[in-house]
Amino acid sequence: MHNKTLAELADGLKSGEFSSVELTTHYLDRIKSLDSQTNAFISVTEEQALSQAAEADKTRAAGDATALTGIPIAHKDIFCTEGVKTSCGSKMLDNFIAPYESTVTEKCNNSGLIMLGKTNMDEFAMGSTNESSFYGPTKNPWDNTKIPGGSSGGSAAAVAARLAPIATGTDTGGSIRQPASMCGITGLKPTYGRVSRWGMIAFASSLDQAGPMAQTAEDAAMLMNSIAGLDHKDSTSIDTPVDDYTANLNNGLEGLRVGLPKEYFAEGLDDSVKTVIESAIKEMEKQGAILKEISLATTSLSIPAYYVIAPAEASANLSRFDGVRFGHRCEDPKDLTDMYTRTRGEGFGDEVKRRIMVGAYALSAGYYDAYYKKAQQVRRLIKNDFIKAFDEVDVIAGPTAPTTAFGLGSIKNDPVAMYLEDIFTLSVNLAGLPAITVPAGFANGMPTGLQLIGNYFQESKLLNIGHKYQQVTDWHKKTPEQFA
Amino acid sequence: MSIDHDQVAKIAELARLKLEPSQMDQYAENLSSILDLADQLQAADTDGIEPLANPLDAEQRLRADKVTETNQREHLQKNAPSTEAGLFLVPKVIE
Amino acid sequence: MQWETVIGLEIHVQLATESKIFSGASTKFGAEPNTQACALDLGLPGVLPVVNEKAIELGVRFGLAIDAEIGMKSAFDRKNYFYPDLPKGYQTTQMDYPIVGVGHMDIELEDGSTKRIGVTRAHLEEDAGKSLHEDFDGQSGIDLNRAGTPLLEIVSEPDIRSAKEAVAYVKKIHSLIQYLDVSDGNMAEGSMRVDCNVSIRPKGQEEFGTRTEIKNVNSFKFIEKAINTEIERQIDLIEDGGTVVQETRLYDSAKDETRSMRSKEVANDYRYFPCPDLLPIIIEQSFVDEIKASLPELPDQKRDRFQQEMGLSHYDASVLSASRDLANYFEVVATEAKDAKLAANWVMGELSKFLNQSDLEISASPVSAEQLAGMLIRLKDDTISSKGAKTVLEAMWEGEGSADEVIEKKGLKQVTDSGAIESIVDEVISNCPAQVEQYTSSEPDKRGKMVGFFVGQVMKASKGTANPGQVNQVLKKKLDALC
Repeated sequence: MHNKTLAELADGLKSGEFSSVELTTHYLDRIKSLDSQTNAFISVTEEQALSQAAEADKTRAAGDATALTGIPIAHKDIFCTEGVKTSCGSKMLDNFIAPYESTVTEKCNNSGLIMLGKTNMDEFAMGSTNESSFYGPTKNPWDNTKIPGGSSGGSAAAVAARLAPIATGTDTGGSIRQPASMCGITGLKPTYGRVSRWGMIAFASSLDQAGPMAQTAEDAAMLMNSIAGLDHKDSTSIDTPVDDYTANLNNGLEGLRVGLPKEYFAEGLDDSVKTVIESAIKEMEKQGAILKEISLATTSLSIPAYYVIAPAEASANLSRFDGVRFGHRCEDPKDLTDMYTRTRGEGFGDEVKRRIMVGAYALSAGYYDAYYKKAQQVRRLIKNDFIKAFDEVDVIAGPTAPTTAFGLGSIKNDPVAMYLEDIFTLSVNLAGLPAITVPAGFANGMPTGLQLIGNYFQESKLLNIGHKYQQVTDWHKKTPEQFA
Repeated sequence: MSIDHDQVAKIAELARLKLEPSQMDQYAENLSSILDLADQLQAADTDGIEPLANPLDAEQRLRADKVTETNQREHLQKNAPSTEAGLFLVPKVIE
Repeated sequence: MQWETVIGLEIHVQLATESKIFSGASTKFGAEPNTQACALDLGLPGVLPVVNEKAIELGVRFGLAIDAEIGMKSAFDRKNYFYPDLPKGYQTTQMDYPIVGVGHMDIELEDGSTKRIGVTRAHLEEDAGKSLHEDFDGQSGIDLNRAGTPLLEIVSEPDIRSAKEAVAYVKKIHSLIQYLDVSDGNMAEGSMRVDCNVSIRPKGQEEFGTRTEIKNVNSFKFIEKAINTEIERQIDLIEDGGTVVQETRLYDSAKDETRSMRSKEVANDYRYFPCPDLLPIIIEQSFVDEIKASLPELPDQKRDRFQQEMGLSHYDASVLSASRDLANYFEVVATEAKDAKLAANWVMGELSKFLNQSDLEISASPVSAEQLAGMLIRLKDDTISSKGAKTVLEAMWEGEGSADEVIEKKGLKQVTDSGAIESIVDEVISNCPAQVEQYTSSEPDKRGKMVGFFVGQVMKASKGTANPGQVNQVLKKKLDALC
């Protein structure tokens, strides 16, 4: 049952092959017996899931079921879920029971999806390894000595280990795409503003975007149909018509102009990853795509720009964690300053503290122009680079990450080494573009993904290409042995 | 850009973060290397380039002036570390 | 040494919206603690702000009224600092792109001259909550009802030279925001709070002295006292060889002194940057034009009209136009009584006296404008004397009904029947032979004064109902005939 795609599960529910309660129980049982090997979940909401499932079965019996009714889902623990612990992977929120529902999870609930639980993540989504989680790192289902990627590592591992048929993630600098690539699943980062940020705990507001993490492009499309759209509660959410993301999945790729940025195939890219990506691109060419080398000269600048802008926004976004109204508060504060500094000193982990300090520094008097303003200017240069590229090509293809998953603990205490791993994903967030990663094969025994970057609001096209690719490949069907 | 202990301490104070003295070396080293990375920005020619704050250069939507929220004090204060008489309690505020 | 004072003011005005600037929580004053603080106002994780349209509109309204540049593109920034009444750890405010740019405000000085005070800018921002210090066992209680209330911060140029000028400027702004319905201007409820930047310099010196900022002064009286106290303190300090430290101070009205605010001692680095949760607000010219067309007549325009069209003196016109309620009241009285000067005299005279005695605003006057006009009509058509008019006003104040009802009930109608008046006059003349003798034997030019005695007697005899003008006339005629 757990190797079925969303579309297959929907068919099974529809035909009565199994009920939502049976399906949900199956996943809950798998989580119980297998999650100790991955640590993908922070919370499992068994009781709520079963009652939601029973409700879904009733809805179906009444003939009111829609495409996703009764299908289980796992949510990244960054989304506020009313009445359920929402930790953001931090000690700061270990005791936080969200008093309201995020738009993404509410839309999922309204679509009849069953929440299995909340998935592990880097603390406040700051990291690419899942090692900064207060709840311990998630382990890669393909090799439990390796990282799953981050920050949505829990969601990626849950889907890869088939502990959930689909999951939500968020992507600020690659946090959907990079773990999806490293765990061998499909992940879509939509255009900035396409999915509401209401109730999603902010890391860097102008970069954060939620999206689906799934086995297939088709599954991701089905979830996008549920979560995309304008939300008046989010000023940055966009008021353009929402596609039916499943409508164009089968369009042909003939004549599709695919840009290959030379900077994405340069030094730093692992040779065996490169081989995998090149052969994936050949598959597209076989289907009629036209390849074209392009240049995104600002690629290397995306790292310094991102690691100024994201921490700057985060430094302010995380000021609300002060021990006054919710969350952790230190024991017996002796005065106000003591309460603030100890609460925040104890509640945040090292990487979060580092980024808050970098952000505070970049915004401080005398440094603003040299760091923050400069980074925002460079950000426009990066966007302009893409705009120019999209004059010539329809999509841009390349690797999602320069390497496959590496060993747990191997780059701890070297933040810059970790930041450099984000080279192929950051630009997309800075420019606010949509991008998808699809499993493209194995390098060094670990999965790796092909990244496709589209122009603004071209999610349908990306899903279409991903789907066509998955029609002729079976990388997305591979499952780690012990989770088969 | 190299950051020393004093600067780390100053930023930590600004951000209200208590750091263990034993970690100061590590923080100074990490922050210095991150800022070195950030300094790569200086190589870019950004003369006359308008900073980009929102990737879509979008405009603000406005909300009608209507009261849509009701009193949910009890519900919202369930997560509060310390309350009394409907107020959030904190160590004495000195003005 | 002769010192000159330099003052710049930052006035925080609470905008008259129903809901907060970024959330749908109510802004109503006086609610139970934290009952008007929603998830957004509490700064819960994941919440996002959306701008209240009305706040933008009111900002533009104010800007147009002071002839200012309107920020066709304005934007919100984050001002970062930690304080328990600031839930997000930053205040959302406007730094680089305020809703209102450079404008000005004319104030009247005591000598009757006019002075122009420059307004640097006015920007939108959110208010913070409130810390309560009593009764919590050495702890403070935080109420966030006020957090997120929309404010317009109006920043003046350092053009003000005395506490009196400062008060005149604040009063003018206060009157303007009420005229415009931009704010209720209720200072007791904190709808208007003033930060005073004060410095001194030797007279003739170009360069400014070091300034101090007195925070959150909330009455006209205290603004004057706080500034004067601070000026004195600075002069004493410098003349004793000290130097003024740039700092934030608090005015203690009980002790009439300013003191340094300890909590603001640490030099703050606010780390302003554009708020990424909000986008630039782009205003269309048509939006501005619409607001322009809807602006009411402003105090200065009203003053000029009162002077030019109604023939009031500059002073009367200024007083009556200073508050919208007073001006409206006056206009109703003047129109109904068809006599602007008479209306002005009574509104500024007797009525104001009653109001002052009871410490009431014109809006709370127990005598309506229509009632007062009714009385003035009777005064003009000689139904009552001016003395009778005062009696009528007093009775109306006590709630005894309309002017006509009071006149009827109290028998205040004047006797204007000349036959009746002549017979009373005859009676008085025959009852006072000695005074008649005195009158007739006096030089003609001294007689005028002596008529007063006989008028008094006649009025007494008529129980005050005889028309004094007529009495005067008849008396003169009859007495002169005896000479």
